[in-house]
Amino acid sequence: MNALTLWFHKTGSPPTFYRLAGLLLPWCYGIALLLGAIGLYGGLVLAPSDYQQGDAYRIIFIHVPSAWMGLFAYFFMAANAFIALVWRIKLSEVLAMASAPAGAAFTFITLVTGSLWGKPMWGTWWTWDARLTSELVLLFLYLGVMGLYAAIEDRRQAARAAGFLALVGVVNLPIVHFSVNWWNTLHQGSTVRLLGPSHIDAAMLWPLLLMAIATHLWFFGTVLARTRTGLLELDGGKDWVRAIALGPEMSAVAAPAATERTHG
Amino acid sequence: MKPGSTSAACAALIRRDLTLVWRRRGDAVNPILFALIVVALFPFALGPEPEQLRRIAAGVVFVALLLAGLLALDTLFRGDYEDGSLEQLVLSPHPLALLLACKIAVHWLTTALPLLLVAPLLGELLHVAEPVRWVLLGALALATPLLSLIGAVCVALTVGMHRSGMLLALLVLPLYVPVLIFGAGACNAALAGLPYVAPLLWLGAALVLALVLAPLACAAALRISLS
Repeated sequence: MNALTLWFHKTGSPPTFYRLAGLLLPWCYGIALLLGAIGLYGGLVLAPSDYQQGDAYRIIFIHVPSAWMGLFAYFFMAANAFIALVWRIKLSEVLAMASAPAGAAFTFITLVTGSLWGKPMWGTWWTWDARLTSELVLLFLYLGVMGLYAAIEDRRQAARAAGFLALVGVVNLPIVHFSVNWWNTLHQGSTVRLLGPSHIDAAMLWPLLLMAIATHLWFFGTVLARTRTGLLELDGGKDWVRAIALGPEMSAVAAPAATERTHG
Repeated sequence: MKPGSTSAACAALIRRDLTLVWRRRGDAVNPILFALIVVALFPFALGPEPEQLRRIAAGVVFVALLLAGLLALDTLFRGDYEDGSLEQLVLSPHPLALLLACKIAVHWLTTALPLLLVAPLLGELLHVAEPVRWVLLGALALATPLLSLIGAVCVALTVGMHRSGMLLALLVLPLYVPVLIFGAGACNAALAGLPYVAPLLWLGAALVLALVLAPLACAAALRISLS
């Protein structure tokens, strides 16, 4: 086994990942909070007002990163579900299921901020526009995955079934997107592009990008925290969980007692 | 057909499913009654003006059939799961996807085809416009097998659960959205006097795709929920 596969297998084992996630977790949350604070200050205070929308446009500093994260979280979940279904890696099952509630929350924030912005700008809280509708369907897909995961007793089977549903949803997402686009469109096109020039001023762009990085880190922080709990629940009876549950000094006492019992 | 061959197994499965439906033929009427009642609710809610009803007729018939199909989905694997024959299907040496495709086909024949036959009547109840009538039937003929195939994948995921009705709706309905958009879109285009062939062709393309992929996905989902 070469070094890379060895590393991969080691990181994928629950106790190692639990420790690693515990190390990464404060960094994720810390940097996310810091960048989020800078980004929000830049977006809400430093950035100039829009010549058309006044200060109302400032909601994009929440809305757009959340919308990106809603989609990103779905693909993260689906990729993990694929790994879990094909290679039967327990960690991926837990990761996929941990990202569902976070993604649903980001999608929900997108819908709420969008409708808050829509009231003064479009004069309505909700309109059956293509992007709004596909975002709503995305939220329903998340809720379906979470509902299916919660409805099945056996945790691993539940994760596999819900992961399969997430993969079916991946096929569905572009279809929904294009079908509702064809059906009705009012929402503006995207202004920030990865390739080519963005139609947005630099003073507005940097807080937006900072917020995007902050939401990514926050997402990974939440997923790591949820995965840690999920791993503890899943491996409830195993030794490494018992060692964590009993604390360092108790497990030192308990371990020889356990070995004595097995030998005796 | 040699006994023990895959085609013989499919024929036996189809014969058995049809017999089972025939023995309980009273149940087969239920989706039709359900769709009829749902359609009848709309004039009560919106008022009896023919002009208004004509405008929404195609969409209402579409949604009524979609909901009736959703309620009928549960029967696809329920009986087989309870008497254990579903596990025998999974264990059989024949390709599971093919056997499931036969089951889905029989299910479509016995639940969706009767609905399709009463769809013109439902349309007349809502004063459906003359040019829309045939487009609606065509769209439904393409959409109902598509709905059955998509629904079968989701129902395979919930097969072992008690009381899966609401959850099944939550899983299935987001996946039904594109079908509804294209199907009702064709009808609305016909009502407005616009070309309506493109959405029908999209439905046809999706149906071909689902015919190939959905049985495979259904088999994979069933293996997960029976493991």
